[in-house]
Amino acid sequence: MSILEIRDLSLRFGGVTALAGFTMEVRNGELLALIGPNGAGKTSVLNCISGLYRAQEGTITLMVPDGGRHSLHRLPPHRIAALGVARTFQNIELFKHMTVLENLMLGRHVHMKGGVLGGGLYVGRQRRREIEHRRCVEEVIDFMNLEPLRSAEVGNLAYGNQRLVEMARALALDPAILLLDEPTAGMNAEEKESMARFILDVHEERGVTVVVIDHDIDVIMDISDRVVVLDFGRKIAEGTPEEVRNDPVVIDAYLGRARGDVA
Amino acid sequence: MDVFLQLTVSGLSTGMVYALAAAGFVVIYKASDVINFAQGDLLLIGTYLVFFAVAQAGLPWSLGVLVTVLLAVAVALAIERLVLRPLIGEPIISMIMVTIGLSSILRAAVNAIWGPAPRSFESFLPAGDVALGPVMLSTGRLLSIPIALAVLAALWLFFRHTRDGIAMRAIADDQQAALSMGISIPRVFGVAWGLAAASAAIGGIMLAGIVGVSPNVASIGLRVFPVVILGGLDSIRGAVTGGAIIGLLEVYTGGYVGRGLSLVVPYVVLVLVLMVRPYGLFGKEIIERV
Repeated sequence: MSILEIRDLSLRFGGVTALAGFTMEVRNGELLALIGPNGAGKTSVLNCISGLYRAQEGTITLMVPDGGRHSLHRLPPHRIAALGVARTFQNIELFKHMTVLENLMLGRHVHMKGGVLGGGLYVGRQRRREIEHRRCVEEVIDFMNLEPLRSAEVGNLAYGNQRLVEMARALALDPAILLLDEPTAGMNAEEKESMARFILDVHEERGVTVVVIDHDIDVIMDISDRVVVLDFGRKIAEGTPEEVRNDPVVIDAYLGRARGDVA
Repeated sequence: MDVFLQLTVSGLSTGMVYALAAAGFVVIYKASDVINFAQGDLLLIGTYLVFFAVAQAGLPWSLGVLVTVLLAVAVALAIERLVLRPLIGEPIISMIMVTIGLSSILRAAVNAIWGPAPRSFESFLPAGDVALGPVMLSTGRLLSIPIALAVLAALWLFFRHTRDGIAMRAIADDQQAALSMGISIPRVFGVAWGLAAASAAIGGIMLAGIVGVSPNVASIGLRVFPVVILGGLDSIRGAVTGGAIIGLLEVYTGGYVGRGLSLVVPYVVLVLVLMVRPYGLFGKEIIERV
């Protein structure tokens, strides 16, 4: 059963082709890694899924667990988020002037109801909802061990912690599918390990389908169920980590050979 | 001393009208980075709409004020939907230029509908004076201060506590992240324009009571710029403080020095602030040139 289907996706910026007929399927409940050299189009894929880029051709279909099918390529970003597609960004996009708690509460935005007047008028109901959202956020804070940082302003946090907060915020959305764009970029070995641990926990304990882009091949091979390899906007390989690691096309395009290991 | 007190009340009451218009400006700027050159004209619209609702349509005051605010919000939503929304994603400068055109159109529309002559209008604020010891203070002006402060406080609470207010702060902070949190940018921009119009309309209603109904109100609207530059483009607190300071400066110079200088003083402040502290008293320290 797949949760996301991408068919023949083409994305161009002027004369530059970012994606050329890219096709990929994400199975429900899997942890899928997207790898490839810089500029291969990995982030473009995520941006198309979350609606920040609009592909000229192709379709993206989300199959939510209750059976509904949604054509993401026709929806604006906020509607896509409301369907349960959460993401993080390569260059950390957080609300820097707000606290960790506030950032996470914003992650609950899609689940919040009540307009300009509602907040003032329905005190009782509004309060119950607020408590419910807070419980949800507390759970995430607990899960990601962010307790000591909860009231810190995000702009002042250390880099590695900002990455954790961004992931926590995505989790607060209670996503069906989580898109992680280079979650371990710029981290040291120890931080990478703990981030990998969090990704695995999210995937296993919370049952979230995860699509992750990363350049750390060891981490990727360790945690992912399946790997898709991109080069020049096309899929050049797909399979289990073991298959992909030994695929000569992938080795040539991305992984490289050990010295002296000339075919 | 009595002159000083009278001037202070007068300065604070006009200052609060400035603050109401400026707060609307701040809301739009915070949500969309658009410098709204038509903000002063929203004040003008408010003045004429309340004249229409109360003097022309004969509605009682309470209803008239409500109708005025609703009509002003409707106008702003129409502007946002028809003029600005198609420009989302275009360079900010295009949106800003459009608001300049909008300003002329709104002014001309008011002129076309109600004509250029000043209209006589009886305020809902009680006429007459209240005696504070030996000093006589205008009751209307005195009352307008707490009313304006209440509206401004409501706006500030909106930003801090409602879903849309928080969504606005989020968009201002990081648009991409806001999108991926499921925040609808068109909706938030619509809410911002609606609020800006509501706040300016209340300012306009008060102006109708204080200075009367005439096209000159638009030139009062221009004071929005010194106020927001002084207070900081993105701060409601700044709009209130800036409004009060500019209003007081104006009447003090008018009262003690001369009427001519009082017209210039706000803009002198504008230039000085830009030279010394370009982000204003409460603004974020990001400098942008437009």
